[in-house]
This record gives sequence, C-alpha cells and structure tokens, in this order.
Amino acid sequence: MSAGLAPEGGQPEFLRAFDIQAGDFAGAGNVSIAVKNLLKELGFAPEVLRRAAIAAFEAEMNVVMYGGGGHMEVFIAPRAVRLVISDHGPGIPDLDLAMQEGWSTATPEMREMGFGAGMGLPNIKRNSDQFQITTAPGQGTRLQVDIFPR
Amino acid sequence: MPASLAQVAQWLRADVLCCAHAMDRSIAMCHGSDLMSDVLAFSHPNTLLLTGLTNPQVVRTAEVAGIYGVVFVRGKRPREVMVALAEEYGLPLMVSPYAMFDACGLLFSQGLRGWSLCGPGQRP
Ligand SMILES: Nc1ncnc2c1ncn2[C@@H]1O[C@H](COP(=O)(O)OP(=O)(O)O)[C@@H](O)[C@H]1O
Ligand SMILES: [Mg+2]
Repeated sequence: MSAGLAPEGGQPEFLRAFDIQAGDFAGAGNVSIAVKNLLKELGFAPEVLRRAAIAAFEAEMNVVMYGGGGHMEVFIAPRAVRLVISDHGPGIPDLDLAMQEGWSTATPEMREMGFGAGMGLPNIKRNSDQFQITTAPGQGTRLQVDIFPR
Repeated sequence: MPASLAQVAQWLRADVLCCAHAMDRSIAMCHGSDLMSDVLAFSHPNTLLLTGLTNPQVVRTAEVAGIYGVVFVRGKRPREVMVALAEEYGLPLMVSPYAMFDACGLLFSQGLRGWSLCGPGQRP
C-alpha cells in the first residue's frame, strides 16, 4: 500500500477484490456497479459514489478491452476510497499519448458499444483526487484512484 | 426547465419498457449521444439520456452516471436482457419513433436543455 491517502482520508484498509474477465463485453461494467453498491452500503456520499463508479467503469472497460483481464481491488478509509485496477496485458507504450483526450486504439467492435473515444483515462484522472498509473510494454497496467469527499 | 419522465414520454410519443412506477421522476437536463464515454465525462445526475445504441453498456453507463431515464430514438428496441437489467437498476427505458435530431428538438422546444447550456459552470 503506497502512502498518500492519510491524513485527508485516514489509513486505507483492504476491503474486497473483484475479477475482471478479458473480452467479456456483455458483462463489462458489472464489477464497477458491484463496487458502487458496496460503497453505497458503507454510507459514502452520492458524489463520492458517482465519481468512484465512473472511474471504476472506464478502468474496467479498459481491462476488458485492452488489458486481457485483471482485477479491481477496493480499499476504504473513514473518509476516502481507493480503487486499484490492474492487469497483466500488453501495457501502454506511450502514456503521454494515451492520457490525451481523443487518442484511442479501440477496434470497431469497441466503438459500437459506445467506447473508444479516447476519453477514458483523462476522465478517470478528472474524477480522482489522487491518480497514479504504472505501465510499461509487456508489464501490464496498474491504476490507483483515490477519492475524497469534495 | 425541469420535466417529468411521463411528460417526456408524451412529448416523444414513447413506449415505456420498464419501471413505469418511476415515471414521475423529474429530470433537470438532457444528453443525446451514442458515445458512452462522453456521457460518463459530461453528463450530470438527474439527466435524461437519448441514444441510438441498444447494447447493455448503455444501461450500465446510465446506472454509473446517475442517469434518470433513457430514450431509445428511431424506434430502436433493446433486447429483453437489457430491459431486465434496467428493471433491476430501477431505470426507466422508453422507445420513441422520432430520430435523434427530432427527439432532441421536440424536448428543446418544450424548454429542456443539455449540459452545455445548463450544466453548472460548463457553458461554452
Ligand atoms: N489497461 C490497458 N492496457 C493496455 N492499453 C490500455 C489500457 N488502458 C488504456 N489503454 C490504451 O490507452 C488508450 C486510451 O485509453 P482511454 O483513454 O480509456 O480511451 P479508449 O478506451 O476510448 O481508447 C486505449 O485506446 C489503449 O490503447
Ligand atoms: Mg477506455
């Protein structure tokens, strides 16, 4: 667990992990909705739930579409949520490019589902209060999203 | 100007596919798009989504973004599994015979607006 969540939110604690299946376009999004419901039961504010769910959903779609499957871990602190989304896929060769709005390597099948506009990673960052991404060719991709009540 | 989903269904001559009990919900604005990433990036809670896409990601996007109701334009009907998913989320789905531009225009002429005209701090 990397530092940075405390003192704004308190020390994060591991809550749960979910598997994300590669290429499961029909089921993609179910993990994020399960995470949203979990956080809702714990009493997080609607504004926190919404940002967490949006970031989780875009990250989950990326793991399904590009990451070859992976998982989403949920950590919570009294006043914060941390999501860690990781996969062992191909990684992102040029991260600066991937973080730009509009840049995408999506296939026509992905675009038909309404994804592949190159908005995912920038929107995950926008919804995060702290955002870290670790990736390298052949090394997979790991996103860490921290959300505090605003 | 806000409006109820029931009022929207009437303006758009739309069939209600599920969650008829939730049609008294009041929507604050509208978003017409087939790009789910755009919906996730720009829409606000309490929004009505108009779309031509009928895959399950539409319903999941709506649930994630806090969308209050979905209108499928041009008479497109989602598959039964998708309706069942929306029922589970409590998300009203409607089908309108009007094409996207006309459906949006009809709602605009009734006073409804999109996020770029009435979203907080987002006026171009
Ligand atoms: N988990 C991942 N593994 C490999 N590549 C990824 C991953 N996530 C994103 N990418 C790459 O970054 C690009 C931009 O991602 P994103 O901003 O989510 O837009 P989009 O998914 O619409 O293409 C993707 O097209 C893809 O090339
Ligand atoms: Mg994406």
